[in-house]
Amino acid sequence: MPAKAEKIVFSAKIGSTEMSENNQLTDTIERYLNGEMTKEERAQFEELRTKDADVNSKVAEHKQFTNLIKQYGERLELEKRLDAIHDEIDVHALEDELLIHPSFVVRMWRNHHSKISVAASIAIFAVLCTLFFTGYLSNREMNYAKLRGEIQNTNHKIAQLDTKVNSLNPSSGRQNTIVNPGNFRGTGFAISSNGYIVTNYHVITGADSVYVQGNDGKSFRTKIVYTEPQSDIAVLEITDSSFKTLGAIPYTFKKAESDIGESVFTVGYPRDAMVFGAGYLTASTGYRNDTTQYQISAPVNFGNSGGPLLDAHGNLIGIVNAKDRHVEGATFAVKTNYLLKAIKDIPADSLNRPLVTTGKNVLAGLDYKTQVKKLKNYVFMVRVYNQ
Amino acid sequence: MSKDVNSGVPTDSEVILGILNNSESVLKRLYIAYFPMILQLVINNNGSSDDAKDIYQEAIIVLYNKVKTGDFELSSKLKTYIYSICRRLWLKRLTQMNRYGGDIKDFQEYLVVDDETEKNNERDIQFNRMGSALQQLGEPCKTIIEDFYINNRSMQEICENFGYTNADNAKTQKYKCLQRLKKLFFQQK
Repeated sequence: MPAKAEKIVFSAKIGSTEMSENNQLTDTIERYLNGEMTKEERAQFEELRTKDADVNSKVAEHKQFTNLIKQYGERLELEKRLDAIHDEIDVHALEDELLIHPSFVVRMWRNHHSKISVAASIAIFAVLCTLFFTGYLSNREMNYAKLRGEIQNTNHKIAQLDTKVNSLNPSSGRQNTIVNPGNFRGTGFAISSNGYIVTNYHVITGADSVYVQGNDGKSFRTKIVYTEPQSDIAVLEITDSSFKTLGAIPYTFKKAESDIGESVFTVGYPRDAMVFGAGYLTASTGYRNDTTQYQISAPVNFGNSGGPLLDAHGNLIGIVNAKDRHVEGATFAVKTNYLLKAIKDIPADSLNRPLVTTGKNVLAGLDYKTQVKKLKNYVFMVRVYNQ
Repeated sequence: MSKDVNSGVPTDSEVILGILNNSESVLKRLYIAYFPMILQLVINNNGSSDDAKDIYQEAIIVLYNKVKTGDFELSSKLKTYIYSICRRLWLKRLTQMNRYGGDIKDFQEYLVVDDETEKNNERDIQFNRMGSALQQLGEPCKTIIEDFYINNRSMQEICENFGYTNADNAKTQKYKCLQRLKKLFFQQK
């Protein structure tokens, strides 16, 4: 029926009254794809496809789209089949059989980990708060006042005044120069007659220069020859040319531990004048059970750091270094043993003169008054200068 | 693994032939044979039995389509193949849900499979689109399209079902529906 085929193709091109042009074409394509055409129709349509690229692409598109619909339907069908099979399986029983039961702790964690986390956070927070409010977190050194006299602020002001005065009187500026009395100060004492002096490490930390001033007011320049921060010990050497000799040291170093209850005394320079303080050895350990230290009950102040601690027989038993701010009358002193150890540890090449610590004890049996009198030339004010 | 020695487990070639011949019983035996293995994998790796069902069916569909299109080459045991695909799918899903802790408890040996699941994914997207386009199409268009293109019903049958006076009317309606379906399908992102 060639005539009919021609009519259809023709009407597909110009449109028809019954179907829109598009539907007609789609219908033709569908019949073509489904193989419902006669041989002649088919040949004619194929000719049209090769001639008209538009028709050709429409054929491909239609084929693809209807295939997609078909595949979609097949997929739905397959899923339905699989679901039907699945429904026959007793999943619950299988699940119980196959689930590896983790240990109690793991299960606990899996089921409750959010709650556990929250609880832990709250606990940590509470602990931190408690510690914060009880003051535990504030630096423990706060309680532990190192007895280094801090005169920096005052000095700063003096320096400012000084510059003011100088600028007001430029001509007399030189004469008015005020000697800087030192940014920090502490106490030190001689350990040998040829000018080795011991003080606390914390007194001289950060120093640019260190001077010692004797009871008679004479001041000598010194050099730091050795420090031992962990036991808070520093050894100075007087390097000033005006220094001669001190004479034999009037006290000896007591190696054995002293007993609790022994009466002890110290001298130092918390002020410009030498201050005497007496008390008892109250504990054989220091701050927070530090076994390198003694606790004593002698009254001390800032500036006493580095002062000698002696027993009633004139034996040196320690170096005063700190006090507990929270405990009334608790002062700490580094034990002599650690001083001797530090002296022994000084490298030989950093010493310019032999360091001989053997003193002759001339204080034994004397009262405090006489002891201090004999002692005073061997105890120095340590002045520390830094920028 | 007492599960493995189940008399119902079909041999690998049985499965392939069965799928090609649309055998319902082979599909069922296949499904029942390997589901416990996948259930074990999923529920012991942070998943539920529903998750297991989802990914297992996805894997079966991947296998099914591959066999149907003829580009399935079995280079390992079918069991290993299914396990590998499910493992891969489950890892992907875990990562998407941010539940992947970095290690997975394995119960079988597995191969590295990759591209196949990707290809399947693309197809899934198209099917999803088609599903929602059909949903939006509404009745009676949806049924007409489904009857004709999916269920292979003749125009005559459809005409009777919907009470159209003649087949030409039904045809016109069908083409209108198809036109709208195409529009809806391609409109989606």
